[in-house]
Amino acid sequence: MGGPEVERLIALLAKLPGMGPRSARRAALRMLAEPETRMLPLAAALSEAARTVSACSTCGNLDTRNPCMVCADNARDRSLVCVVETVSDLWALERTHTHHGLYHVLGATLSALGGVTPADIDLSLLLRRLDGTVREIILALPATVDGAATTHWLTEKLAASGIAVTRLAHGVPIGGSLDILDDGTLATALKARRPVE
Amino acid sequence: MTALRLERLTLSRFRNYEALDWRPGARLVVIAGANGSGKTNLLEAVSLLGTGRGLRGAATATLARGGQGAWAVAARLAVDGERFEVATGTDPEPPHERRVFRLDGAAPRSQAEIAARVATAWITPQMDRLFGEAASGRRRFLDRLAAAVEPAHARALAAWETAAASRRRVLAEGGDAAWLAGFEEAMARHAVAVTAGRMALARELNAALAAGAAAPFPVVRLVLDCAIAAALGGEPALAVEEGLRAALVGARAADRASGSASVGAHRADLRIEDAASGLDAAMASTGEQKAMLVGIVLGHAAVVARSRGMAPLLLLDEPLVHLDAGRRAALFATLRGLDAQALMTGTEAGEFAPLADAAALFACAGGGLSPAPFPTVPRAW
Repeated sequence: MGGPEVERLIALLAKLPGMGPRSARRAALRMLAEPETRMLPLAAALSEAARTVSACSTCGNLDTRNPCMVCADNARDRSLVCVVETVSDLWALERTHTHHGLYHVLGATLSALGGVTPADIDLSLLLRRLDGTVREIILALPATVDGAATTHWLTEKLAASGIAVTRLAHGVPIGGSLDILDDGTLATALKARRPVE
Repeated sequence: MTALRLERLTLSRFRNYEALDWRPGARLVVIAGANGSGKTNLLEAVSLLGTGRGLRGAATATLARGGQGAWAVAARLAVDGERFEVATGTDPEPPHERRVFRLDGAAPRSQAEIAARVATAWITPQMDRLFGEAASGRRRFLDRLAAAVEPAHARALAAWETAAASRRRVLAEGGDAAWLAGFEEAMARHAVAVTAGRMALARELNAALAAGAAAPFPVVRLVLDCAIAAALGGEPALAVEEGLRAALVGARAADRASGSASVGAHRADLRIEDAASGLDAAMASTGEQKAMLVGIVLGHAAVVARSRGMAPLLLLDEPLVHLDAGRRAALFATLRGLDAQALMTGTEAGEFAPLADAAALFACAGGGLSPAPFPTVPRAW
């Protein structure tokens, strides 16, 4: 329906995360109904982003500058490097305005069942950054089985550097009551307890 | 006590049902029909309104009519007169392998939202084999009971299985020691959480049964035969975790050779024994075993009702099989006294005639249900 151009558009949209054939069709039809106001500005934005945005050669963040705005910001604490799985995680942490150090985007977590092995994760870029200015590496990886295994693996790989390695705390969510938490989260929170300041 | 009520059920291309729109209309419901008429399919559809794979444990893609394509089950449920709609089925897009849920017409944020609203408990003829089958079947049974009381149990179990399968794969492929250590830490943590969940369920269920939750059915005791449970009885959980992790590290060579893990949540067995005599249920007669199972399901329903604040829907597939006249009468009397809604199946409607004044009967045939009067059964003198 609509000719090969429309079919191609739908097929390309359907490959995006969170989209399927049905939602891709809906999005395509919506754009085609208002090509001047929706489609052409989007096409221009896509083209511009594809031309100007690239991965930061230092940390892996996506930006129009290289090094990215975070890496180029001299006000940031260069002794702290936070390791995240994806750029999306980096942006999520930036939204909190609580991390004033730098980042490193790993690009993946190890997954024995998904076929991602230690050989698939390139640590050379991260290890090159440990030039004496870095005092702490914060591992901010997902709280999944694969995320936890990757955290453990990275901790051992970084042990020889002598740099302090920390990970995000797991436990009681802000605004959460203890009695609604599952046993695993509660036990983890208990293990990660800290002195009251 | 508040109870979950099924007010309306619609099926689309589910098992042998092309389309069904059914209103049970009563708290006690009997569905009678010949073998293969779709009685169990109906109970399975209701069991799928909650999370998990339902009372047959079937894969999503196999549930469609004809074994392929999309299917859907939707229900209007109510708790204390407050109605809500739950639907489940395949993703509308091919290949229809992923199961999705809707809560009041919208996608829930997570399956936990569904688990919090829908609770079911069931008994099927296949469960008669529980006492004689391999330990894995009893573990699945126990885990299902535990997850119905505490939905987080299912998450801990899934995390344990993922970590164990990942470690197996890495071991088989030669294994990076640092990577293996990550899985072993996760396995230890989740094995302790799973075992703690199983122990809590056994403790609560045993207490409910001892307090008469399933009277007059036999009072049984669930005993967890498990090294981790034994350790948790005498040591703090963190010490048990550390011991398990160390044991897994030490067993890498043996586990690589066996393709399994020498310690973990998968080594547990469930023993069910008569609370009074201590007799192992595996030694009891078929009829006694069935009576024990009915007792466990009724006791479990009481535990779910207390912990979740609402009595679950009871799905009793062929509950009368193997029960003698006295036990059947006891079951009917118990069901009359409960708050829970019960859907029961049987091949002979007449066997449920003692419930005629309290139950609705539906004849199941040709992929449909139709209201029917209870047959008059001549009194046996």
